[in-house]
Amino acid sequence: MNIPYTVEERPDTGLANGKLGIWLFLASEVMLFGALFSTYIILRVGAPEWPHGELNVWLGMANTFILIGSSVTMVMAWASLKLNDWGKHRLYLILTFVLAGVFLVNKYFEYADHVRRGELPSHSTFLAIYYTLTGLHGIHIIGGMIVMAYFMGPGARMWKTNRDQFTNRIEYTGLYWHFVDLVWIFLFPVLYLL
Amino acid sequence: MHSDPEAIKRQVRTYMMVGAALFVFTVITVAVNQVHLAVPLAITVALIIATMKGSMVAAVFMHLSHEKMWIYGALVLTVLGFLILMTVPSFTTRDSIGTPTHVEAPAAAHAPAH
Repeated sequence: MNIPYTVEERPDTGLANGKLGIWLFLASEVMLFGALFSTYIILRVGAPEWPHGELNVWLGMANTFILIGSSVTMVMAWASLKLNDWGKHRLYLILTFVLAGVFLVNKYFEYADHVRRGELPSHSTFLAIYYTLTGLHGIHIIGGMIVMAYFMGPGARMWKTNRDQFTNRIEYTGLYWHFVDLVWIFLFPVLYLL
Repeated sequence: MHSDPEAIKRQVRTYMMVGAALFVFTVITVAVNQVHLAVPLAITVALIIATMKGSMVAAVFMHLSHEKMWIYGALVLTVLGFLILMTVPSFTTRDSIGTPTHVEAPAAAHAPAH
C-alpha cells in the first residue's frame, strides 16, 4: 500500500503530509518546554533568593557554539541533497551527528562535576529545574542522534529508490534538530547567565 | 521551497551568514553578562538577544520566512497555547479561593472575664 502525499503536496493544505505532521509535533514540543519554562519562572519569582554563577558559563557557551554549528551542518546536509551531492550530504550529516555527540560529552562532564560536589537535584530548587530542563533537552539530542544514525545507516537506502522522499525526510529531521537548537538558545541564558 | 540549484546555492550563502551571526550574538550575550548589569536589565538584554537568535533559526534554517498558511496557522495556535502556559501560573498569586473575605473580629475572645 502506498502512503499518499509523502512527496507531492496535498491539494487542500499545499503541503506534504510529513511536513504538516512534523510541525504539529513541534507545536506539542513547544507546549512541553513551555510548561517547564513557566515552572522555572514561577519558581524563580517565588524564591527569596536565586543562585548566580553556579554553572560553568564557558562550557555552556561552548555547547551553544556546538549546537549552532550542528544546525548549520544539518541544513547543509539537506541543501546538498537538493543539489544532488550525496557525498557532501553524508559528510554534513556525519558532522551533525558528531557535534551532537560532543554536546552530550560536554554535558556529561558538567553533570559529573556537579555530582562530585554533591549538587544533586535535591540540593536546591535551582538545581532541580536545571536538571529537569537540561535532562529533557539532552533526551531530545539523543532522539535526534538516533534518527540521524538511521539515515546514515539503513534509512540511506531510500536515496536510491525515492530521492525526493528521502530529501523530505532529511528536511523533517532538520526541522526537529533546529528546534532542539532553538530550545538551547533560550536555555543557555536562562540557566547559565541570569 | 526552492528546487532550482542556483536558488539553493544562494540559500547556502544565507545559511552561512546566519550561522556566523548566531556565533557573534552568542559572544555578545556572554560579553554583556560579564559587565554585571542590574538583574532586570540583564534579563531583558539576554532575552532580547535570545529572541533575535531564535527568530533567525526559525526564519532561515526552518524556512519559516516562506512557508505555507497551514504551518503559520499551526504556529499561531502554538503561540497562543504558549502564552496561556506563561500566563496561567501568575493567577496562582492572585486568586482568593479559600481566603475568607469577611472575618469578624474575635471580640468576645478578648473580652475580660468577670
